[in-house]
Amino acid sequence: MIEIEIDGKAVHVPDGSTIMDAAQQTGAYIPHFCYHKKLSISANCRMCLVQVEKAPKPLPACATPVTNGMKVFTHSELAVKAQAGVMEFLLINHPLDCPICDQGGECQLQDLAVGYGAGVSRYQEAKRVVFHKEVGPLISMQEMSRCIHCTRCVRFGQEIAGVMELGMANRNMHSEIQTFVGRTVDSELSGNMIDLCPVGALTSKPFRYSARSWELTRRKSVSPHDSLGANLTVQIKNNVVMRVLPRENEDVNECWISDKERFSYEALNSSERLTKPMIRVDGALREVEWPAALDYVAHALKDIAKTQGGEAIASLAAPHATLEELHLLQKVTRGLGSGSVDFRPRRRDFSADGKRAGTPWLGLKLSEIKDLDAALVVGSFLRKDHPLFAQRLRQLGKKWNKVSLLSVGGDDPLIKLHAQVTVAPAELAVALARIVKAAAQLKNAAVPAGLESVEPCADSKAIAESLLEGDKRAIFLGNAAEQNGQAAQLHALALELAKITGASFGFIGEAANSVGGYVAKALPTALNAYEMFAQPRQAYVLLGVEPELDCANPQQAVAALKQAALVVMLTPFKHGAALDYADVLLPTTPFTETSGTFINTEGRVQGFNGVVRPLGDARPAWKVLRVLGNVLALPGFDYDSSEQVRDEILPAGAEFVASLDNGLNSVALTLNAVSNGLQRVADVPIYFADALARRSPALQKTSDAAAPAARMNAATLAQSGVADGAQVRVKQGPGDAVLLAKLDETVPTGCVRVAAAHASTAALGDMFGSITVERA
Amino acid sequence: MLNQNSLTRIDREIAKYPADQKQSASMAALAIAQEELGWLPSEAIEFVANYLSMPPIAAYEVASFYNMYDLKPVGKYKLTVCTNLPCMLTGGVDAGEYLKEKLGIGYNETTPDGRITLKEGECMGACGDAPVMIVNNRKMCSWMNPEQIDKLLAELE
Ligand code: SF4
Ligand code: FES
Ligand code: FES
Repeated sequence: MIEIEIDGKAVHVPDGSTIMDAAQQTGAYIPHFCYHKKLSISANCRMCLVQVEKAPKPLPACATPVTNGMKVFTHSELAVKAQAGVMEFLLINHPLDCPICDQGGECQLQDLAVGYGAGVSRYQEAKRVVFHKEVGPLISMQEMSRCIHCTRCVRFGQEIAGVMELGMANRNMHSEIQTFVGRTVDSELSGNMIDLCPVGALTSKPFRYSARSWELTRRKSVSPHDSLGANLTVQIKNNVVMRVLPRENEDVNECWISDKERFSYEALNSSERLTKPMIRVDGALREVEWPAALDYVAHALKDIAKTQGGEAIASLAAPHATLEELHLLQKVTRGLGSGSVDFRPRRRDFSADGKRAGTPWLGLKLSEIKDLDAALVVGSFLRKDHPLFAQRLRQLGKKWNKVSLLSVGGDDPLIKLHAQVTVAPAELAVALARIVKAAAQLKNAAVPAGLESVEPCADSKAIAESLLEGDKRAIFLGNAAEQNGQAAQLHALALELAKITGASFGFIGEAANSVGGYVAKALPTALNAYEMFAQPRQAYVLLGVEPELDCANPQQAVAALKQAALVVMLTPFKHGAALDYADVLLPTTPFTETSGTFINTEGRVQGFNGVVRPLGDARPAWKVLRVLGNVLALPGFDYDSSEQVRDEILPAGAEFVASLDNGLNSVALTLNAVSNGLQRVADVPIYFADALARRSPALQKTSDAAAPAARMNAATLAQSGVADGAQVRVKQGPGDAVLLAKLDETVPTGCVRVAAAHASTAALGDMFGSITVERA
Repeated sequence: MLNQNSLTRIDREIAKYPADQKQSASMAALAIAQEELGWLPSEAIEFVANYLSMPPIAAYEVASFYNMYDLKPVGKYKLTVCTNLPCMLTGGVDAGEYLKEKLGIGYNETTPDGRITLKEGECMGACGDAPVMIVNNRKMCSWMNPEQIDKLLAELE
């Protein structure tokens, strides 16, 4: 520890701290632009000049390490004069037209100019003009003359997003921030650059010039998208969500959010919003009032339960539903005498159900990731499935730590990897078994039963070695592992590996409430999410799912829905396909219009309130289910608030779920990597993963939202007799899709990568099933 | 994009640095590419970037920062006149003006016959010899009074 004095106040700071770090401790404010606590130091704006005793000239606080006994003056005459001088220089070329700038009112330069700038400019000469740049649908670079060259955006790309897309071209007064030859900025974290930009150079394309910052009310919320549960600030004006920004929480999302979280809000006001209940009368959906709709649903459900038995009814929720909604859905379903309720529509293998020791979760706290010495991720399209989780691993990969990826797609996670192994989905379990065996052999531990015939390879040994070194290591199973046909085997293998290596083990979790669904017990005691469509039911209650996009086998799901006597959908959106099979549409609210709780992947309980009033006649799904319970005359549906529902599930004030445990009882290891013919590898593209992202016009214009292709490596293309770029017909069961064939060397041999969750592939079957390809 | 000779030379530059810091060779690699191609089209910059496993925009930053890289085609001879302060005080600007008049072109322009491109340069570390200019990034010419300039121009066929 070093003792220094700032403005007369003594502070103790660790060795290697800068004056800026120390000042933050004492609460002294030092003006700055280029400094950002999450980015490397570049010390180029010079705004943070301070006076240091015995130093002949002012020093930049962000880049000056403290030394024992140092005396710093942040507001002395010399310091203030230096800061004012820098401000005058910064303003020389900066337009002085804050009233017409989109950033006006929330601009660091504007704020600091009030404190350190002169009232009038002494600069008479012409200002430089920097031409606008076009970098895609999310970030506007319309006003690059405003750039003060702090390079925060550049460093963000290099250090946080893992891909340098913006750079500073040219030199001195000709410097410009730009992409390489006018390319777009494609990072899934790009929107954070808008927040980082201290001036109005980078602004949000969907938001700009739609509101002034002082007209907006800020409300707290929690991301309904991936399992990280990023904390959000939602900004509203006239009961409309205008913008979504990160709310800092170092333990969860730090100060970032992904573009999906930032720009999905556009869907909240989409024209597809369902605002009135609808019932199918004489083949057409007609608008009705709520009481009529609920009466109709209650009667129809009761009728089916009475005549065909409760098991003729099945309920399926999206894992993005709140804890309260999931709890009430299973309660209604069980009340009707059915145990067929689930919240995991993309799952294929349920053999771990009933054998879990507790609620599956990440296995460690998100904040512990930075201390890991090694990590292995199995079955994940990491960057696109979990942008911020991937970001944490990226920071890990930069140090000496060893991050490995065993998956079914060879996408570059932009993480410095120790090893990357890409295999066909059917071979994922065997590939993991190789690592288990390698670890057992390295450690001279007993090889788990069932792995006798497995032969470790060089990669599996390298990964096993990394998991045996250091004190903190972790194994994570991603979405593609949980959606895999051998999910339980992967689970059991990962547990073995964790046992042998002493690493922690957990699931990254697909969606905002992938942990919450288990806690709410929205789990089948009869048919699971797959079986309920494989064995068609008479009635379905669907909560927030769009089956043709969200199910493991959309072909089978839609067929089952079409034959059912009753399909009730609780949904915020009126979407095309549902209009074919839905009998009742009940307008429920998205996360901004309801209170509720999400439990994130580390088991953190995060409650939130509605930030705007429900649109039209839409109502929070928990209320709809509560009233449905009442109309059905089920006992225990007398809730006045969503908090009461939550308190039935969780002890009041619980910060973390208590029942977290990834253990598995009595699942024997049986490896059968039998795959004949071509296999499908299905990723869930980031901007099709949930109902909100699908309807954000801005996100839909990004390169990540491009229509899926049939991607194969050269060998598979040749074997299928199709050429790169040719039109092909891919078939699964009775359904097919016509796509463009695309050469992609990262796809394992014998596999065709065809994305799920997209309208163009909704007629296909299992996400990881067999598939055929022919010339179209 | 580049011929074997250039690639061999770039490989030699890469070998000077640790294996995971290939991009340290970016300045040399860009110079080698420019020597072969005469200038640096963006395809060449991207090629070099990929060859050194660095983002194309990072290579572009380097190529656009330094004066000696040409991001547009230049004539057979590129004449760069130093107009930084010390040279400016000792006739650098006048030398530039003389050249402009003689060649009938301005800075960053090429004579219609494609022979000579005129450029303004930064300090070449030879302020004592001002006015100075450099031909094709390689040949330094000192004390360039009008007579010397005429002589030089006559030599540049
Ligand atoms: S665009 Fe903004 S963040 Fe990027 S360098 Fe300019 S001022 Fe800084
Ligand atoms: S904040 Fe210190 S130089 Fe920019
Ligand atoms: S200023 Fe011209 S060589 Fe130094």
